[in-house]
Amino acid sequence: MLVNRKLILAHFWLAFVVFGIALTLGAWQMFIRSPIGTWLSNPELYYRSLTAHGTVMGYVFPTLVAMGFGYAISESALQQRLVGVRWAWAGFWLIVIGSVMAVIPIALGRASVLYTFYPPLIGNVFYYLGVVLVVVGSWIWVALMSINLRVWRKANPGAPVPLAMFANVAGSYLWAWTAVGAALELLLQIIPAAAGLKATIDAGLARVFFSWTLHAIVYFWLMPTYIAYYTIVPRAIGGRVYSDSMARISFILFLVVAMPIGMHHTFADPQVGAGFKFIHSAFTALVALPTLLTVFTICASVEIAARLRGGRGMFGWIKALPWDNPMMLALAFSFVMLGFGGAGGLINMSYQLDASIHNTQWITGHFHLIFGGAIVIMYFAIAYDLWPHLTGRELIDLRLIRTQLWLWFIGMIVTTFPWHWVGILGMPRRMAYFDFGDPAIAPQALSVTFSAIGGFILLASGIMFIVILARGMRALQVDAGPYRFALAVHEPKTVPVALNTHALWVALMIALTLTNYGYPILNLALSSGTSVPAVYVGAQ
Amino acid sequence: MTAQDTHGSASAEVAARVERRWATIAVIIIVVMAGLAAFAGIHRATMPQPRVEITDPSRLHLSGEFVESNLGSVLEANGNVTVHAIGQQYSFTPACIVVPVDTPITLRATSADVVHGILIQSTNVNTMLVPGYISEQLMRFSKTGDYLMPCQEFCSFGHEGMWGKVKVIDKTDFANRAKGGGRLSCVGQ
Ligand SMILES: [Cu+2]
Repeated sequence: MLVNRKLILAHFWLAFVVFGIALTLGAWQMFIRSPIGTWLSNPELYYRSLTAHGTVMGYVFPTLVAMGFGYAISESALQQRLVGVRWAWAGFWLIVIGSVMAVIPIALGRASVLYTFYPPLIGNVFYYLGVVLVVVGSWIWVALMSINLRVWRKANPGAPVPLAMFANVAGSYLWAWTAVGAALELLLQIIPAAAGLKATIDAGLARVFFSWTLHAIVYFWLMPTYIAYYTIVPRAIGGRVYSDSMARISFILFLVVAMPIGMHHTFADPQVGAGFKFIHSAFTALVALPTLLTVFTICASVEIAARLRGGRGMFGWIKALPWDNPMMLALAFSFVMLGFGGAGGLINMSYQLDASIHNTQWITGHFHLIFGGAIVIMYFAIAYDLWPHLTGRELIDLRLIRTQLWLWFIGMIVTTFPWHWVGILGMPRRMAYFDFGDPAIAPQALSVTFSAIGGFILLASGIMFIVILARGMRALQVDAGPYRFALAVHEPKTVPVALNTHALWVALMIALTLTNYGYPILNLALSSGTSVPAVYVGAQ
Repeated sequence: MTAQDTHGSASAEVAARVERRWATIAVIIIVVMAGLAAFAGIHRATMPQPRVEITDPSRLHLSGEFVESNLGSVLEANGNVTVHAIGQQYSFTPACIVVPVDTPITLRATSADVVHGILIQSTNVNTMLVPGYISEQLMRFSKTGDYLMPCQEFCSFGHEGMWGKVKVIDKTDFANRAKGGGRLSCVGQ
């Protein structure tokens, strides 16, 4: 039952259009910093582009996908009309206004601070206000998801919340709370400085606030992907979810342990002591647990589909999987990239190993593999799966869809593997260009060239994706039927309260954040003499 | 209880057992990783700097350990070397650091304006320079030669031009140059 299809389509289309623009900027950036495109040596344009690319890919695109998918889940999993449609549109328009407000100063070169802000570097105040509006718009979605679940609970007292909605609401709470870190940084520190109300800022404290957001935001980006793993893939390939409760435990674990780990982004920072760095490192190791559980549960779910199709033997069943099904393909690619990206993440998480790759191109490779690779390829899959239900028209280009997914996978590998390699060699990130004439840097030229080629493969794949969806808007009309989620092998008739509600886990999430962040933040906020003069972008 | 039910609960039991086994393996992997990190930390193979030290970036040039005349390398009485450096848009001072090979070196650095970073290629030396705070990093080079030292953190439009250098020279060479006292850098070499 998808009633508010226009609302959901608006979110998805806006998401994919801004994604297309940011993807084009990304490919262009890789081209001009590679040895094949050295004709442009204006770093200012590069950093404008980088700021726009990061802001869109980090804040606008995944937020819109999570919101659109969240509304679709709410209506189809709960089988209930969305409550608060007007508010939902208000949230959407806030994001539109915020994005435009942020993009104008970026285009004018007045906010080249990249998407992680970098205080005491301060850009134009409208850039930050735009980002705040995007976040506020998404908070309306958080509230609506919570309200819709509450309305459903009233009508279905004690019934197990459908897995997709349980996970969706967990993801929205995670987002609401992790955004608080950056919100505090923006409202208390950056915006007063950008508006000229304050001339100084504590850069160390700002970095700690931002780390609160910067890691758990990745798990917010990841939520739609994991929801697709559990609730779409098994149904699409004719299998069943191996374990409903394992899925719930994984989402709860994300909610609880994704938050108190962000300080691993400050391993090399002087304003955080060794003790908290170790604690955050240990918690970061812990967040591998829900992913390991998920990999197991999804592999087992897929195996069920293969055996139902006649697959046999210890590994022989893998052959029996429906490899021509785009959903199967997307899942396999996503898992491969998650495997490599996850292994890289475990290296980043350890203070000792992090020292050799901190802030190098390795990190760029790592998060492009996880976000751009493992996560975004499932965003594609979600769109393909939902599209006929949203448009009432069938998606017929199955071959084109498979080619698009293959290209994205290949492009991502070709882009990120060389980045990991030059990162190990010590190539710093966020540089507009390199002097490949320097004999010490020259050997990295080939790797950087490969990355640039990968960028264009990704661009080609992204264009294909948008073309496929656009053609799907004009294809033959079909009745796609109600949108369904995968069933579990053992559908739960009752679920323990702890696995059916969020309150306990939200409380734990907040408590863990306060214990892991409270002391360092208070300590920095109360110490005097640590504020430094703000440095305004573009001011001479 | 019907045959269907018995079959259902038997398969549920199998599923639960396999799940438990996998969860146990996952937990062991994670405990081992965290344990290794703790072990390496306790043995001080590499450790984050233990203390948080602050300094006022607008007064660096007036007094304290980061005044111009104190930047560069100095041979301490115990044979160790201390290096002081600052980063500013868009260079390091000194632009080239000279140090002896096979010697414990303490790098103390800070930023005079925005956030920068120091990374010495082909080594594990990698630290952030946050204005207002002092970064301390222990290092030791096992080979002589020139190392590139780029700023690894975005520090505005000139970031890509911010490359320093480290020159690792012979121990006795360094001792000879340090004889007159004062601070050394590659300048004049
Ligand atoms: Cu710099």
